[in-house]
Amino acid sequence: MSDTSPTQAVGSARRPSLLPAAEARQKLRRKRARMDRASHWGITAAGFGVVLALAMIFVYLFYEVAPVLRGATVTPQAQYALPTGDGRPQHLLLERYEKLGIQYDDQGVVRFFSADDGRLHTKFELPVPAGQRVTSFAAAEANGGITALGLDNGQAVVARHAFDLSFPDDQRQITPKVEYPLGTDPITIDPEGRPLLHLAIQSVTRGSGGTNIAAITEDGRLLLTRLDTRENLFTGEVEISTRGIELPMATDTPVRLLLDKTLQSLYVADRDGLVHYYDIADLGAARLVESVDAGRGDAITAMEFLVGTVSLIVGTEGGELSQWFLLRDEHNQFHLNRIRDFTAHSAAITTIAPEYNRKGFLVGDAAGHLGIHYGTSARTLYLDQLSERPLRMVAISPINGRLLALDDQGMVQVAGVWNQHPQLSFSALWNKVWYEGRSEPDYIWQSSSASDEFESKFSLVPLSVGTLKAAFYAMLFAIPLAIAGAIYTAYFMTPKLRGIVKPSIEIMEALPTVILGFLAGLWLAPFAEENLPAIFSFLLLMPVMMLLFAYAWSRLPAALRSRIPEGWEAALLTPVILLFGWACLVASPHIEVWLFDGSMRQWFTDVGITYDQRNAMIVGIAMGFAVIPTIFSIAEDAVFTVPRHLTQGSLALGATRWQTVLGVVLPTASPGIFSAVMMGFGRAVGETMIVLMATGNSPVVNFNIFEGMRTLSANIAVELPETAVGSTHFRVLFLAALVLLALTFVVNTVAEIIRQRLRTRYSNL
Amino acid sequence: MKDWFKSGSPWIWLNGGAVAISMIMVIGLIGLIAVRGFGHFWAADVALIKTTDHEGKTSVMLGELVRSQTIPTTVARDAGYHVPEGIDLVTRHLIKQGNRDQFGRDFIWLLGLGMAPFEYPEDVYVIERREWGNFYGQPVALLRSGETVASAAETDFREQLQAAVTRSLELHKRIKRLEKRDIGRINRDLERLRLDERSLELQDPPAAVRNAEEQRIEERRAVLDAEYAVLRQELDLLYTETKRDSLRMRMSNDQEVDINLATIVRVTAPNAMSVPAKLGQYVERLWEFLSDDPREANTEGGIFPAIFGTISMVFVMSIMVTPFGILAAIYLREYARQGPVLKLIRISVYNLAGVPSIVYGVFGLGFFVYFLGGNIDRLFYEAALPSPTFGTPGLFWASLTLALLTLPIVIVSTEEGLARIPSTIRQGSLALGATKAETLWKVVVPLATPAMMTGLILAIARAAGEVAPLMLVGVVKLAPTLPVDGTFPFVHLERKIMHLGFHIYDVGFQSPNVEAARPLVYATALILVILIVILNLTAISIRNHLRERYRSASD
Repeated sequence: MSDTSPTQAVGSARRPSLLPAAEARQKLRRKRARMDRASHWGITAAGFGVVLALAMIFVYLFYEVAPVLRGATVTPQAQYALPTGDGRPQHLLLERYEKLGIQYDDQGVVRFFSADDGRLHTKFELPVPAGQRVTSFAAAEANGGITALGLDNGQAVVARHAFDLSFPDDQRQITPKVEYPLGTDPITIDPEGRPLLHLAIQSVTRGSGGTNIAAITEDGRLLLTRLDTRENLFTGEVEISTRGIELPMATDTPVRLLLDKTLQSLYVADRDGLVHYYDIADLGAARLVESVDAGRGDAITAMEFLVGTVSLIVGTEGGELSQWFLLRDEHNQFHLNRIRDFTAHSAAITTIAPEYNRKGFLVGDAAGHLGIHYGTSARTLYLDQLSERPLRMVAISPINGRLLALDDQGMVQVAGVWNQHPQLSFSALWNKVWYEGRSEPDYIWQSSSASDEFESKFSLVPLSVGTLKAAFYAMLFAIPLAIAGAIYTAYFMTPKLRGIVKPSIEIMEALPTVILGFLAGLWLAPFAEENLPAIFSFLLLMPVMMLLFAYAWSRLPAALRSRIPEGWEAALLTPVILLFGWACLVASPHIEVWLFDGSMRQWFTDVGITYDQRNAMIVGIAMGFAVIPTIFSIAEDAVFTVPRHLTQGSLALGATRWQTVLGVVLPTASPGIFSAVMMGFGRAVGETMIVLMATGNSPVVNFNIFEGMRTLSANIAVELPETAVGSTHFRVLFLAALVLLALTFVVNTVAEIIRQRLRTRYSNL
Repeated sequence: MKDWFKSGSPWIWLNGGAVAISMIMVIGLIGLIAVRGFGHFWAADVALIKTTDHEGKTSVMLGELVRSQTIPTTVARDAGYHVPEGIDLVTRHLIKQGNRDQFGRDFIWLLGLGMAPFEYPEDVYVIERREWGNFYGQPVALLRSGETVASAAETDFREQLQAAVTRSLELHKRIKRLEKRDIGRINRDLERLRLDERSLELQDPPAAVRNAEEQRIEERRAVLDAEYAVLRQELDLLYTETKRDSLRMRMSNDQEVDINLATIVRVTAPNAMSVPAKLGQYVERLWEFLSDDPREANTEGGIFPAIFGTISMVFVMSIMVTPFGILAAIYLREYARQGPVLKLIRISVYNLAGVPSIVYGVFGLGFFVYFLGGNIDRLFYEAALPSPTFGTPGLFWASLTLALLTLPIVIVSTEEGLARIPSTIRQGSLALGATKAETLWKVVVPLATPAMMTGLILAIARAAGEVAPLMLVGVVKLAPTLPVDGTFPFVHLERKIMHLGFHIYDVGFQSPNVEAARPLVYATALILVILIVILNLTAISIRNHLRERYRSASD
């Protein structure tokens, strides 16, 4: 800077310099350098910040989805001897606050103990009549807490444990209690009074209610007793009516007896590996339906229901685990089917503990391994040594956060469990899954229900198919219009008209999709339903009409034709299109009367085509409308920027204008047009509001143009506001967002790279 | 013919047809919205419709003709109408008969068969009510505390009625002001006292401070309670006042109904109105639509909160997106080292403009609302927990999400503007000895301002029309309060807002009475379209203007 004023210095050597003093200049220079640096660093920081913030979207979505892929972790917390008296433990449970363990033994004693250190909390003696011995034990589904003790005189005692909650001094206090839903008197199961060696109980409180108790006696008889309780409305007294039958015994080595909650089935597992299924819906006609080989030769050592008592998990001596449930065959008969197998354990399965609110279960084996498996996804989330000794029993808390495992020495292992997302696996998301009660494996999206017993169905296939279906029909509508329009606008249209068309289409791009969706749903869908023939005749005959008009125009006397120069074809066609559209509309009801017995809509139903009012055709048109400008403007750009000397060369060699387009313009511009289509596809895939408003949002897997669909994006918009934060469902929706993000990102990147290549190519031509 | 095909000109015509269809669709769509939307405010005539059915029974009804259509007889028979043999097609009319509280449904399809020509009696009143939609009928008398004060036959009945309606509207306004402003203020103060009390518990200060504070809260609360009692009394008085007058009306089935004036918004007699009178009415209704709160689950009344919500959201978004977008663009263009990495970054940033907006919504909900908002609540709003302050969707998060969404648009546009500036200008500045920062801020950025403006306008247009992400991060169907009001701190970024686009979705698809809501949806859509078209046209014209300017500068 100091060198910038030499001329002044020469001209007036004596006069003082007009420049500020050297010191001031120095200061100014320093200040400017400081400003320069500050600006540099400030802008760099902001730039980095923005890029990072955008990258953050990826990172965060991954972060939310990642836990889904994790298996379960089990953290041992304590080990202590189970507080017992003289009896052998029969049943082990953990309550929902994970503070108290519950243990039933074969002396008829219930012990509540601290899960942290095994200290005895409370002890209850069940009303076992004096002099009787407990010979068997049964528990109904764990949610109800109902248990039964079988006695050696053929009687049974039914009890239920429960908890009272109180909050003295804002501290939660859990007070255990034992109730007797069927009274304290023992119930006679075997009129002959023989000891009950195996027992099963199941109780229903909903509906008409009732309790089933099944037992196998010492002399090998299989007995079933149905107890119906009826409360007197006036006195509040409970009357119990009892009915007992004997069922044919199919095995002499029974291991396990189970009754389901619909009070319709009874299962007996035996040491020959067979499961015997009895239909007991009607006590008068109860019968053995079939015996299936579940162990494949191995003895069955454990069998348990998953929550809801629909699925059976069968564990064998060889360590194999399989899931079974009943399916209806073509004769309306139920049969037990093997649904899936789980990772086998290395030793005999000793115990199975189902989770309380989802279709998972814990397994202990004779080698001291603990396995955590999940039904729907067939995942094994954890399988590791927990104890040196064989495990006898395992208990999981109702909130799946803690477990108790009892070994054959009476030692209890307490462990914390993290097992948040067992429902998901790659195959559960993308393959066909055999859900409970379905006749075959299928793709289903059905994410939530009010009941704990509901099996969540998280197949992304229906949503992905719906997304592609919507995008496909949109592209089908948009591509011809947009590309043909782009070629015409860029190459044939007069500049005057182009100056109107281009901005109009740009404005079309900016139209909020909510408006398109609302018009599609509220105006177009009913309109199309009422005027189906008009829609079809318009779509099919419009090109023919245009050609007819064009031909007629070419036959007109030249004097008339030359009044309107080339490049105005689009304007000439506009009234033709409008007139023809109006004619279609007027003719529509007549066509319906004439060809379709008065209603095309009804005719579709008659020939077996499902027709929803809000269907893929509507979405195709509405979303096509949204996509046309995207494709149009990029394709038009590509065609327009084809270097002039190429086309002029072609025309000079005698090619017609259309031949030039086909032979020179399109080949040169095709990468640009392709990238335009890609961009349009990217937009169609992610569009939310149009699909949300113009379809019925039912997650179906088909490509029928007259049915709706549910897309990934609409699904997120519908379900995300209502799901629990951090739940599996929440994370699946994040996964859907991630899939969308990745998909559109890849598509757009490819399109952008092609476009940039094209640009360099043009500049080299 | 063959030659004609060979020349390729049919294909040119077909291509031209594609353009024509696209243009017809754009113009048709905007025209449809405009016609339906603007039509909403026109006071339509009310027809007296006499029909004779196939059994010879006649019925009379009053209503506005909404639309007519021709349908095949089969469809009509399926719908339960009786159509004589030998007719292929019939016309049916959708009639808005109103009086939902009396008839059960306010829209009805009537077959054109056996219908006498419509009559338009001049004494038909249309009464807009605060609930149950419109009422159509003929006036009988004006009652005051049950006594007739004027009968419809009197010549000045109309004036008397209008005076009574004006009075009741005045009372209504006063009630609203009392309820919203004065009682609302007391409620907010009480809530603040509750929070003070709670934070006192949480902080657990020394006993002296604590006692003083508790006493203050107690005294203040007593004062507020006393104020409230006074207001309550005043309010009760007003309520009894409003119940004084009522209007006796006769419906089309000769039944008479008393309508309390307190429930009436407006009484008109459209059949008796001249065109200028209708025009005046039109302007009045349009203004009401733009400036009023919605009524009846958003299906009646105005959309002011939605307009206000949209604007405030876009405003907050602009404040956030402008500096960051511009700085990022300057960084990418002027400071970052050009190379393959930057190219990759640039393509990625550009592509984010094409990422589905719902993905931004998911990110906003997860990261901004639950993660950032949850932490802010824990740090600064502990007293209010467990009810969240920022840990729930709201204006700020909606704006932030949209800022992220529109960031690529601003970056792309600004970069384009920067790239367009001829390097000669830049070099000239540098050659004169200016530092890089000085060249940038004093030469380049001012020249690129229009480009930045374009980017910002495009961003605003995009943000104003975006709905999907907003459904997740802060827009609700009915917000009780505006995000800006007279209570400290005046701008409430944590409040939920209403939004024009979401209003369309909600009223059109979630409302129980779609037919009644339809005109309002069209009108709302019209407002949104106008807003966005204006913004876009501005952006386009700025851009074109800009091109011209640089063309001359670079020569």
